[in-house]
Amino acid sequence: MSVKVITVGEKILGANEDKAKENKKRLDRYGILTINIMSSPGAGKTSLILNTIKHMSKKTRIAVIEGDVASSVDADKVNAVGIPVVQINTAGGCHLDAFMVADALDSLPLDKVDLLFIENVGNLICPNNYLLGEDIRLMIASMPEGDDKPLKYPAMFADTDVVILNKVDLQPYLDFNEKSFRKVVVGLNPDVTILPVSCKSGAGMKDWLDWLETALKKKQNK
Amino acid sequence: MEKAGEAKAKKITRINLVVGDLAGVVPECVQFYFDVISKNTQADGAVLAWETRPTRIRCRKCNKEFTPVSHDWACPDCHELSMEIVSGRECYMESIEVE
Repeated sequence: MSVKVITVGEKILGANEDKAKENKKRLDRYGILTINIMSSPGAGKTSLILNTIKHMSKKTRIAVIEGDVASSVDADKVNAVGIPVVQINTAGGCHLDAFMVADALDSLPLDKVDLLFIENVGNLICPNNYLLGEDIRLMIASMPEGDDKPLKYPAMFADTDVVILNKVDLQPYLDFNEKSFRKVVVGLNPDVTILPVSCKSGAGMKDWLDWLETALKKKQNK
Repeated sequence: MEKAGEAKAKKITRINLVVGDLAGVVPECVQFYFDVISKNTQADGAVLAWETRPTRIRCRKCNKEFTPVSHDWACPDCHELSMEIVSGRECYMESIEVE
């Protein structure tokens, strides 16, 4: 039997990228600003979402998609503050993909949403490889993780629009060198916006909220 | 499978994949799942052949292109820490071999 070579040249994640484009179109139709939040577990994704809800939910209609390996712990917290939320359990999967998000969008009142947070699974290795249909990719790095993380997970930091540096209230107790952290992040990603905050003390939250307001306005004027 | 069907092939014997060091793909894991899902299909027993591409980065200051050693991403020539990822994120199926 003769062997024949067939050229394929297809991206392995091509199907995900197509679905992400579909999601993006759908969200654009409703004028929803969508933010994909990525970080390691415990960096403060849910805290940032809850804090933002606290400050903005009176004038901005927010919805949340929660991605977790298991449980609805995070979704319960968001639900408790009266915000529409859908929990995706990846059953062991270490990232969200565009298909999971498409299903979740079916369960949200999209015509009543201005701002959608998608909280990805806590992981710094692969979530950035899966587009979901977002406008903005946001990463949270927290000071206790150490300032060397951008060098360990360069692709994550290179692919993001905003880096929230959380837990800055802990600086006095840590060796975290913000200057060297910034140097590597900007080196990898010269257009990135870095916003130091503390979800606990509220430090820096105003800068984040102002940045978010500007992004919302930009989206609504499109 | 679609491509193999178009070529009226009976069996897929080899799948040639290209994966970069930064793509986050672990060939052994993929092989494990592949063996399970390809059972009793045209691709049952096909070899997954991996061509790996190293991480290549370019210094934004002096344009030197290099492969970082361990986690040292500073330019070996000018020591600048400002870099663009040139390759290493590939993840695609280059070709399949059928009979």
